[in-house]
Amino acid sequence: MARPPTREPPPIFGHIGRGSTEPPTEPRPIPPFTPEHERLRAEIREFVQTRLRPHADEWEQAEWFPNDAFRWLAEAGYLGLRFPAEYGGRGDPVAAAVLCEELARCGSGGVAAGLGAHAGIALPPIWTFGSEEQKQRYLVPGLKGEKIAALAITEPDAGSDVASIRTRARRVDGGYVVDGAKMFITGGVRADVLVTAVRTAESDDSRHRGISFLIIDRGPGVSAAPLGKLGWHASDTAEIAFDDVFVPADNLLGAEDGGFYLVMANFQWERLVMALGAIGGMQACFEATLRFVRGRDGGCSQSVRHQLAEIAMEIEAGRDVTYAALQRFVAGQEAVREVTIAKLKTQRAAFEAIDACFQIHGRHATPELERALRDARLGPIGGGTDEVMKEILGRSLGL
Amino acid sequence: MASADVLKPDFATDRKHFIFNDDHEQLRESIRRFVIKELQPHAEEWEETTFPDWVFERMGELGFLGLDKPEEYGGQGGDYYTSLVLAEEIAHAHCGGLAMGLAVQTDMAMPPILAFGTEEQKQAWAAPAIRGTKILCIGITEPDAGSDVAGIKTRAVREEATGDYLINGSKTYITNGHRAHAIVLVTKTDPEAGSRMTRAAHDEARPDAERAPHEGFTLFIVPMDTEGVIREKRLKKLGMHASDTALLAFQDVRVPASAVLGQVGKGFYHIMWELQGERLIGAAGAVAGAQHVFDRTLQYAKERKAFGRSIGHFQVIRHKFAEMATKIETARQMVYTTAWRFQNGEYPVREITMAKLYAARIAVEVADECIQIHGGAGYMQEYGIERSWRDLRLNRIGAGTDEIMLDVIGRSYGL
Repeated sequence: MARPPTREPPPIFGHIGRGSTEPPTEPRPIPPFTPEHERLRAEIREFVQTRLRPHADEWEQAEWFPNDAFRWLAEAGYLGLRFPAEYGGRGDPVAAAVLCEELARCGSGGVAAGLGAHAGIALPPIWTFGSEEQKQRYLVPGLKGEKIAALAITEPDAGSDVASIRTRARRVDGGYVVDGAKMFITGGVRADVLVTAVRTAESDDSRHRGISFLIIDRGPGVSAAPLGKLGWHASDTAEIAFDDVFVPADNLLGAEDGGFYLVMANFQWERLVMALGAIGGMQACFEATLRFVRGRDGGCSQSVRHQLAEIAMEIEAGRDVTYAALQRFVAGQEAVREVTIAKLKTQRAAFEAIDACFQIHGRHATPELERALRDARLGPIGGGTDEVMKEILGRSLGL
Repeated sequence: MASADVLKPDFATDRKHFIFNDDHEQLRESIRRFVIKELQPHAEEWEETTFPDWVFERMGELGFLGLDKPEEYGGQGGDYYTSLVLAEEIAHAHCGGLAMGLAVQTDMAMPPILAFGTEEQKQAWAAPAIRGTKILCIGITEPDAGSDVAGIKTRAVREEATGDYLINGSKTYITNGHRAHAIVLVTKTDPEAGSRMTRAAHDEARPDAERAPHEGFTLFIVPMDTEGVIREKRLKKLGMHASDTALLAFQDVRVPASAVLGQVGKGFYHIMWELQGERLIGAAGAVAGAQHVFDRTLQYAKERKAFGRSIGHFQVIRHKFAEMATKIETARQMVYTTAWRFQNGEYPVREITMAKLYAARIAVEVADECIQIHGGAGYMQEYGIERSWRDLRLNRIGAGTDEIMLDVIGRSYGL
């Protein structure tokens, strides 16, 4: 037999007589995170705690948060963590993953979503598919928090089924004229820039062809109306109408009729962002519930102890499966199945975990916990529903 | 990045986890070849007869019983991940009882001998166990003490005149109990041991917190041919039919002081430490068992036709597979991440407990869903799915029940 690989001697031989003298070894961060990322995490946690969280109640009430928040994040150096340094970023997707997890502690899912949608969902297609000129015009100010972008794909009649979008872009001299409507666009009320999926051609053989992306500046013909929602109150989720909007040819993003690629390209990151956010959200609620249980008179019943143990296990499960998917993703490996699993696993789990926290609190539930529960309900819907995730997975198995 | 660089799904790519390198994959290949060629063909027969002892000898010969054990005792000196590879690949035998019997040898009985034993004990028991010429078992559970480890009654009394110990008591549910040459036995040397302690899980989560109740337990290595060791009946079980499970009695069993394993009075700590390794490898086995029954069922769903198409192409069946794949992948990543922590010198009791709990549960759920997808065929012995269902059910009980796991996790947060 070939000699098996040897590394350090298994620690199983180094822990003789546990429960006696040896101090526990300081845990190392789970790959792909490094000690440097953990330092960043502490820094961001402090930022979220002092700069965002104090405003959470106010912003939820107002169903709005100020554009300043983007600039604060940019000034602290957190907005562009994933993007290359030449555009004002840090070129480190793992650091961006830290931000996603930590933003979930800001006390408002809407704020986390609003900030995350700009940097994590709307700007990546410009970075990935944009011309240098487009990057200078949109990505650079975007990462400074000076121009806010939103990604507009979903329509009133096209959600999970992206290929059925109907917003039309007619070719005219020097560009396009866009007509149609977009739905559930996070950041859509405030957005200066809408990265918009449009239909540029009717195609009989494949509905996937004929979709293009246009970068649409807010201007004449673009109108947005905020939508009331179950949760995510601080997020300005909008219905957007385009009425004969002229878009210059320079604003075509990527290849004409090749936009379906672009839709698919960022899904993995978007879903990872959601999985990371769910983990952060669960963890924050778990910690709050732990404090509540420890702090109240009468201690902890076995039933509550087990409920908390279940929550803790679900968080660990979600974290391990998500980090493994992230690891593959940042290593540049194809990770569709892993990311899909991480998204599917964490979204329902987060809602259920937070619901369990809510139940343990009973009449003592805080407004923040109640909000977290409503906010978490979007998880199994946004970024691809649980049912779409199952379709992707089932098909990956050849079914 | 141009659109040509956009990664498209390729579900056939190498999906090796970062803890494994090419050497692990080669090892995986060679174990799998062996298991499929030499073990799997006998699976049906061994359900009736229990698996034969030559399996130990053959695997010892191939070096598979000492993958992560030190070379000085005949092991391969590999890292912890090599034992994970074995636990995963042995599932291809489709014989839960076999996997369990081997795991008792390599990951339950052997580690405490190697960790706490004297040089003499290691040479006498660990080395031949690695060669496969001696078979080991481990005795913790008693007729009146299961989850509540501190409640065991088997007594070892030191005889002042000779320094020998006299052991009296009984042990039950002992895997390999009939075939074993020696047992790693948990006893009470202090009659007061455990008397103030009724909550075993409390002990496990915080062995430091209240020291005194856990003192007074001692481990022994007892040769099974010692006079007074009585192998009582073979226990019949829901599943794991290929393993032999014993009820053992100890009547005035005399062993010399050199049979003490580790420190006198510290047996509880030793065994709690042992349980961590047992649970993690058990979790890996549960994941592998779930993957195995999943793979067989996927194959079936692609071939079985109903209403004019293969049943796997019905959406509800497809979604069942998606859910199962999610559970299995999640459990696997918990095992790998925890193994990584372990290999890096952490003693991650909480994470091991979580991985064990989650993996055990999902294995049972997956097996049940696989019976459902098979329909009537799943209920029949011929397809082997009902066997997986029966075998995997033990995971939620053995090496600590789900409920004990939840208590350990809860207590680890000071609750």
